Amino acid sequence: MAVLIFAESDSGFYKKSTFEAISYGRKLADQLGTTCIAISIGNKGTENLGSFGAHQEVLYVNELYQTFNPQSYAKAISQTAQQLDCNVIIISQTYTGKSIAPLLAIKQNASIATGVIGMANTIDGFTVKTTAFSNKAIAHVKLNQEQKILTIIPNSYQINTYSETSEIINLEDTIAASDINSTVLSTHKETGKIPLTEAELVISGGRGLKGTENWNLVEELASALGAATACSKPVSDMEWRPHSEHVGQTGITIKPNLYIAAGISGAIQHLAGVSGSKVICVINTDPEAPFFKAADYGIVGDALEVLPRLTRRILEIKK
Amino acid sequence: MKILVCISVVPDTTTKITFKDNDTTFDKSSVQYILNPYDELSLTRALEIAEQNAGTVHTITVGESDCDPIIRKALAIGAHEAYRVDAQPKNAPFVAHQIASHVKSENYDLILTGRESIDYNGGMVQGLLAELLQWPLINVATEINYSDQEITACRDIDGGRENVKSSIPCVVSAQKDLCEPRIPNMRGIMMARSKPLNVIKAIDLPEFTEITKYELPPSKTGVKLISAENAEELIDILHNEEKLF
Ligand SMILES: Cc1cc2nc3c(=O)[nH]c(=O)nc-3n(C[C@H](O)[C@H](O)[C@H](O)COP(=O)(O)OP(=O)(O)OC[C@H]3O[C@@H](n4cnc5c(N)ncnc54)[C@H](O)[C@@H]3O)c2cc1C
Repeated sequence: MAVLIFAESDSGFYKKSTFEAISYGRKLADQLGTTCIAISIGNKGTENLGSFGAHQEVLYVNELYQTFNPQSYAKAISQTAQQLDCNVIIISQTYTGKSIAPLLAIKQNASIATGVIGMANTIDGFTVKTTAFSNKAIAHVKLNQEQKILTIIPNSYQINTYSETSEIINLEDTIAASDINSTVLSTHKETGKIPLTEAELVISGGRGLKGTENWNLVEELASALGAATACSKPVSDMEWRPHSEHVGQTGITIKPNLYIAAGISGAIQHLAGVSGSKVICVINTDPEAPFFKAADYGIVGDALEVLPRLTRRILEIKK
Repeated sequence: MKILVCISVVPDTTTKITFKDNDTTFDKSSVQYILNPYDELSLTRALEIAEQNAGTVHTITVGESDCDPIIRKALAIGAHEAYRVDAQPKNAPFVAHQIASHVKSENYDLILTGRESIDYNGGMVQGLLAELLQWPLINVATEINYSDQEITACRDIDGGRENVKSSIPCVVSAQKDLCEPRIPNMRGIMMARSKPLNVIKAIDLPEFTEITKYELPPSKTGVKLISAENAEELIDILHNEEKLF
């Protein structure tokens, strides 16, 4: 019995959400009195994961893992779980994680819970809190099978550090070209941008910003703060911004520490994607905008005037 | 070309979520149900692909008879035939096993699902199904094309997108931007009445997971307003009190 964590990386580096997942896995392993093992696929181990709580780590570096195929990744994790007798598998709920987890659930004949937002309760059975109804509710999900798989929402568990070094375990990897059942033709990554799901600070703009010509105000504030940018659905529908920035019930769900919404009314479908943010600030000309009810701080005013003043103040402080 | 589209029936996006029986059950009374928005996209794209390839489109829904009006809507949009597995969709593995069992009795070339259902947001059915059938999975696709026994698609990845191809049969899930969803017209609505809606019996499965309780997320205690003239004060608070940067 052990806890296995998929240590996901991007372009050869572990993601921040990976450190969260390992910290989560370690806490759970301590609670269950067992070992915490990390498995890294396609990353040579740029950092020792003992610093985040892993007791042991398995590194698979076969070049077949260079491109992402859900099947081959799931197979690698499954074979590791079986060889090392792991019964709980922890995965970050990224696009990659979400493609792998259900395949693993079938391979392991496991119970699976996605959208996990808190530590498992293992006193009486095994129960986790998950988001439901697009963040409008929290469900307590009990996992009944012996084997369990959890996908953890990024930014929902804090990273803990340990002064420990993990032991590297060598396992035979049986991956073969025939395990790859789809082919990646080309990959396009937006470089130099903070991925929205991992961002701790997010500046978001809505229809109230009037048009693309004003988005420099959002971007300047974001760059001063080191934040990612997001937008409401109509803004991406009108192609003012790429759809990858659309947050809400039919867009991306985010849980940053800070969400600043400028010119967004706060429709229920928008709130569904952002209400998990720790601190919410709203800038809107309309004092009756529903978003103010869901906010911690509000400024009733014209975003086109307020945003540059916020940027200037940040630059003054950071100087 | 025979395509199966998985259709889920979900509460309207404006639904106020409440619970009953000591917060153990979702209160369905006065909830308006809709066709899951992502499934409207996959259905539309399935119809487009079928039209170009002289194909047929079936839909499948795991749900009780109250889903029938939504299933009829899918038929009105253009699906040729519908299946309903007569059971409450308890959780994603339950749904995926039911669908897989139907697929094994038919010869589909392609299964399309939505990226997720907007009620439980699991996003799991497509992956569970792909693995149960041992078919390739292309998840969260903004483009899906078919030619020469091959699917090419563009999928969202963390921080970007990727073009991928797969042989058929395979499972692909639909993301926003895939297409403009079709809406039923009068003729479609008339024709839907006589299209087959086959009800099939659910297979027995173990209880993989159960929801023991619901709660509402903590709500904000009240907004602190800062006047626009002193907008900079917001930054000072975020810096000094909230210590966010
Ligand atoms: C099925 C479905 C799914 C949906 N999913 C989503 C989703 O995932 N995400 C999403 O965002 N929406 C979603 N919506 C749409 C949602 O209902 C709202 O229409 C949308 O969020 C509104 O976007 P907005 O706030 O940018 O625009 P508006 O509602 O037009 O609001 C603009 C706001 O800007 C303010 N404003 C105007 N000028 C200024 C100024 N100079 N300075 C400051 N403020 C100003 C106005 O007072 C107003 O409050 C969905 C809708 C449906 C039906």
